[in-house]
Amino acid sequence: MFPKSNPYNEQDVLHDLKHFLPAQSPLKDFIHHNTLHAFQNVKFFEALRYASKIFGYKVSLSLDEYRNHFITGRITNSGLEKAIENRFGHAAIPEWRARTITKKYDLSATTRVGQVRANWEKYYNVDLDLLVHPILFRTICSYLDQGISIWNFPVLHKGFLNSIREMEKNTYSSFFQTRRAKELLNSRCKISDLLKILVGDESLYTHYLYDQQFAHQGWSGIVSAVEDFPETLLDTKRITLKDIIIFELLLEIDALDHKFGEIWSPLGFKIEHKPHDLFEEVKESELNMVMGLWQDAFEWSYYNDVLSAIVQKKDSAVNTEQTSFQAMFCIDDREISLRDYLEKMDKDCATYGTPGFFGVEFFFQPEYGKSYTKQCPAPVTPKFLIKEIESKEDRKMDVHFNKGTHSLLQGLIIAPTLGFWSAFRLLISIFRPSISPATSSSFSHMAKTSKLSIRYKPEVPNENNLQIGYTITEMADRVESLLKSIGLVKDFAPLVYSMGHGSSSTNNPHYAAYNCGACSGRTGSVNARVLCYMANQPEVREQLKKRGLEIPTKTQFVGGLHDTTRDEVMFYDEDILSKENAALHLKNIDSFKKALDLNAKERSRRFALINTKDSAHKIHKKVLVRSVSLFEPRPELNHATNALCIVGGRALTKNIFLDRRAFANSYDYKIDPEGSILVNIMKPLGPVCGGINLEYYFSRVDNHKLGAGTKLPHNVMGLFGVANGFDGDLRPGLPSQMIEVHEPVRLLLLVEHFPDVVLKTIQSEDAMYEWYINDWIHLIALNPETKELHYFQNGVFIPYEPNKEPIAHTSDMESLIEKHTDNIPVHILD
Amino acid sequence: MTDTSLLHIFMLVPLIGFIISLFIAEKREALISAIAFSTVGLHFLLFFSYFIIWMMHDHNDITIKDFVVFKSTGYEFYLDFYFDRITATYSFVGSLLTFLVSIYSRFYLHREPGYKRFFNTLLLFYLGYNITVYSGNLETLFIGWEILGICSFLLIAFYRERFLPVRNALKVFTVYRIGDVGLILAMWMSHHLWHQNISFFQLRNDLLVHTELESHTWIGIFISLMILITAAAKSAQLPFSSWLPRAMEGPTPSSAIFYGSLSVHLGAFLLMRTYELWENQYIVRVLIILLGLSTSIISTLIARVQSSVKSQIAYSSVAQIGIIFIEVALGLENIALIHFAGNAFLRTYQLLVSPSVASYLIREQFYNYKPRVLTIEDTWPKKIEHSVYLLSLKEWDLDVLMSKYLWNPLKRIGRKLNFMSLKSILYVFAPLYMIGLVCLYNKVTIPPMVHAYVPLFFSLIGLLMVLKAFSENKSIFLAWILIMMNHFWVALAVSFNEDFSFGQVHLYLSGIVVAGTVGLLSLRKIKLLENSLDLSKFHGHVYEHPKMAFIFLIACLGLTGFPITPTFIGEDVIFSHIHEGQYLLAFFTSLSFIIDGLALVRIYARVFLGPHIKTYHETPYRSS
Repeated sequence: MFPKSNPYNEQDVLHDLKHFLPAQSPLKDFIHHNTLHAFQNVKFFEALRYASKIFGYKVSLSLDEYRNHFITGRITNSGLEKAIENRFGHAAIPEWRARTITKKYDLSATTRVGQVRANWEKYYNVDLDLLVHPILFRTICSYLDQGISIWNFPVLHKGFLNSIREMEKNTYSSFFQTRRAKELLNSRCKISDLLKILVGDESLYTHYLYDQQFAHQGWSGIVSAVEDFPETLLDTKRITLKDIIIFELLLEIDALDHKFGEIWSPLGFKIEHKPHDLFEEVKESELNMVMGLWQDAFEWSYYNDVLSAIVQKKDSAVNTEQTSFQAMFCIDDREISLRDYLEKMDKDCATYGTPGFFGVEFFFQPEYGKSYTKQCPAPVTPKFLIKEIESKEDRKMDVHFNKGTHSLLQGLIIAPTLGFWSAFRLLISIFRPSISPATSSSFSHMAKTSKLSIRYKPEVPNENNLQIGYTITEMADRVESLLKSIGLVKDFAPLVYSMGHGSSSTNNPHYAAYNCGACSGRTGSVNARVLCYMANQPEVREQLKKRGLEIPTKTQFVGGLHDTTRDEVMFYDEDILSKENAALHLKNIDSFKKALDLNAKERSRRFALINTKDSAHKIHKKVLVRSVSLFEPRPELNHATNALCIVGGRALTKNIFLDRRAFANSYDYKIDPEGSILVNIMKPLGPVCGGINLEYYFSRVDNHKLGAGTKLPHNVMGLFGVANGFDGDLRPGLPSQMIEVHEPVRLLLLVEHFPDVVLKTIQSEDAMYEWYINDWIHLIALNPETKELHYFQNGVFIPYEPNKEPIAHTSDMESLIEKHTDNIPVHILD
Repeated sequence: MTDTSLLHIFMLVPLIGFIISLFIAEKREALISAIAFSTVGLHFLLFFSYFIIWMMHDHNDITIKDFVVFKSTGYEFYLDFYFDRITATYSFVGSLLTFLVSIYSRFYLHREPGYKRFFNTLLLFYLGYNITVYSGNLETLFIGWEILGICSFLLIAFYRERFLPVRNALKVFTVYRIGDVGLILAMWMSHHLWHQNISFFQLRNDLLVHTELESHTWIGIFISLMILITAAAKSAQLPFSSWLPRAMEGPTPSSAIFYGSLSVHLGAFLLMRTYELWENQYIVRVLIILLGLSTSIISTLIARVQSSVKSQIAYSSVAQIGIIFIEVALGLENIALIHFAGNAFLRTYQLLVSPSVASYLIREQFYNYKPRVLTIEDTWPKKIEHSVYLLSLKEWDLDVLMSKYLWNPLKRIGRKLNFMSLKSILYVFAPLYMIGLVCLYNKVTIPPMVHAYVPLFFSLIGLLMVLKAFSENKSIFLAWILIMMNHFWVALAVSFNEDFSFGQVHLYLSGIVVAGTVGLLSLRKIKLLENSLDLSKFHGHVYEHPKMAFIFLIACLGLTGFPITPTFIGEDVIFSHIHEGQYLLAFFTSLSFIIDGLALVRIYARVFLGPHIKTYHETPYRSS
């Protein structure tokens, strides 16, 4: 289950270490993932217990926070009792109630990692971290640097350690202060040789290495990520975790030699009481159980309302006769409210949810781009390349990022002249914020008027083993599987939109985290456009017709982009529309505009500085300003509060106010009785939705160790990460401004299908099954015929009956939004 | 200009704003920030009107000798204010930037714990800045200087629950403290040179300045050197440069305004202010030019290898300030002022947009990627290239040198003083002090040969006591009491030196006794609540006891001679009784003042700041 520390084996230790270190890629490739992915092979609560004990993470809300939620009613009495009953039986309720609600516990925590290395301080009175970290961090950062420094690391091509060796051979200065470390560096010694000098006792080697690397898990994590995926850096660098461990061990020996001379005894000889083995069993304490009960109660108090609402609400008839238009959005939790408003503005339209890469996977190369961006979920490796041509847009430059300002002589000319321009710019950017080169804008990902190389041409050779464009059959395959997966196979409206999404923000190093997760942290506009091009090809339609999927000739697909920060949309290739459709499109744009205003208003209730009672249009204008303001650390709240994922028909959740907390994937069980389509839908849900959910969970419960802390002091390091200040560790995870309103609950995945089909589906792949059998995602199957709910627990589906208490109804959503600034309970809309 | 007393308003407005801001409830974010930006905005408007009227009139330099704070025979401590184009430029840049940044921070810091603390400190900083730039003599300037020092400490340690900000704040504070000593010694010597606290206005009087300087060349050079040390420390010139990037620990806007622009340019201000003092000392001018030149070259090299955006901006700013130093030394005051304003604006803006560098440069790189950009260094011989690169990566060992040659020796001496304990204080030092007192009253009986060394001996005891307090790792109470006692020894030493009224000693010691007692009581209370308390690590008790932390901070400030108790004036008075030839006595006393301040801030940091020792809540990594 967990690795063993002994006997020491270098390869195993390195392999395991890489597994436990943060797996976050550089900033430009920010992709959400389960922060505790290394523990996913065990049950959720067990994982929490081990992670907390071994690495000192805080893994849930505090006891006080739970108890406060109980007092305010966020955790219901029945929720708590149900959680107790579920685990200990009905008879145990009074006893555990008392424990959870009132009993006092010793809440202080001890951590295993760090205990061996702490002995340097104890027995030698030396603070190794203080001596070693600054030079270690700076050397790694300078080596990996992607373009901040003006003068690059002098030797790069040989890999990290060899570059250091080469520099060390030919210099009057040195990384080290003493003789021995230099000699050891050149002797190409192994990790164990160095550990023998430092630690001596082999049974402590593994523990020592964990202590050392987890004293700066951010830097070690990025090194490990770059080692595994060198292409994640544009300016690729060869570096391994082993390299930096050896370098750090040498620096440690150097620091000790410098202080004590070359004669000092290894740490292992001094330690009187050996600390606990890192991976030794962690017994479940009463406090662990109490916290587990609270977490369950916290989650189910909320889920119960959602499930009750689904059961209680009247079936809403969906009009398919004369649909005005159909629109596909990303499953992203930020899109659900826009869909609600769109359907409200135009009662005859229909909206769908599907992962925002729209089933077309490729690399994208913008015009003049020197490399590619991946436009599909992270685990997929595309074989296709789409190129942008005929883009007419200029990129604006900003002299403030110019390196000349840092040179002595140019600076001498720039400072007294440009400096006054800076003052003016600062004035403008505070009183009249507007788009500037500092803004990362979703609309500039691809030029509106550019063309794309979507159709494969046999005469054009492959580029880097990537086929440029798709053949007709490849196109038809993709269109077919997309439309089938969302259940859009008949009753096509004249216009079908596919809306990718992206985000615009300023002064935001985490910009990639705000974009589409299904497009590897990019904007989804290209995918939307590519899909529509495919679906509009007559040859594709012909092929589809043969396969039994008939799209009427008058139906046209239009690709678009929804900017989730600015609540603006842009459509592409509108010039291909027929005259009738162009007229309809104009009308639809109007519906979009109204819906976007209202969506901005709903979002604004979380923005303390905007008055939610203002008109939607007025609020929307203020929301636009946020996205370009230098001083706005929360341009939008991204996935905060996400808690649900619904796989099923639109009717399931229509007219339920879910407060933008649900991922929604459209799916029609009727055309997929065997669940073969369902498998493909469910496969990415764990890594994408579960990953987002758990990253938010852990960044929220321990923002210091698992999150990035407040972003206000962040300093961009080498263009790939952020750290606090000048000489600190890298900070992976999410900054506090992204997670502060988040409620740390696991994802509840609701699938509209028969339990046996769902069970078969999740069991079809081990990696997928792990998410559910180990309770990292809660799973409910909704029997589409009987409307009964079945909860997946310990490998089987058991019936679940939500409370009978009626769910609140409202017909006035607007005043509901105006009244609340925090989470709004589930409401049924009349 | 007719009514000169208007100058007061430039100190009063920030003072009033600061005091009001202290009394606003923490939750009222909008009100807190509104007070901050309206205070600064009002200040800016007032300044601007004043400036225009001043320009339309004769635009002569304006000085007002203000209320005399303390006076006795042969000594006068008076506040003095001054207005000329240097003041005008610094005031303009300061209020404009503070105004913009306070509006910026109003939104940027929304929901940040410490919102109120930030704006309180911002206003206090602004007060200190204005006192400094409007000051008319070194004593007034010193008040502002002290306020700036402590505000810097508080802003760098803004994220006080983390280890690195607190440690770096301490580091920066130690460098500032060196500057303070330079200022104290310069004040001491100039008092003896002119037999009065000379004002900047009087410095412009050639006759007065030069007649004295010509007959006392070395004294003049001594004063200039002390001022140069102070200026170099504040403006991060060699060998102090490494503090600047380490100061970038607070929220980005505070780093931008204080370390990008205002605070770091004050060294240049001090040089311009005292220009007349050293303009005829060519050796000093050459020294300043060499210092500026070497700083600008070395910090440019360091800036070139920086791979983090804020440290890159910090070092390139230092390089430009080096050039400003050269301009000042060449007498190009106007150019220096323009250069200062431009550099301050540029670096502030660059720091404020620094988070954008990620998306901007990645985008640039995506479109213009070149595998390896050759730089001038690539044409150097490999061995030279590697050596200079490595040196620059290690910041030319500046950070190491500071601790190696300055602080570590002091700590080593302190550790050798283990015989100082609560017991030995009671049984050895207290009786010794009594004997000293008895001797003081019977001064005539002491032979003159011995008498000459008595003050030195007593001040040495005081110095050793603070050294011990500074390096003490265990007993907090011992450290605290040693610091208090130091002041008594200093008082005793100086009393031996010269006859003067006990009123002056009382003035000096009154603040010490009050602040010392308050501090002792609050330490006792914390100890009772938390059982264990020592100086070996950071405790972070501010997490549970923020009020106590505040009271204790005030006590520390009182004890360190911060301008909130009469001790502040007392310190200056005490120095005026050290004769001009007594370099050693002056050195001991000033050294004990610096270390005194360091030891106090260290105690405050160890008890209240840093990661909280209790682990029932989320705690940060030590390396963050």
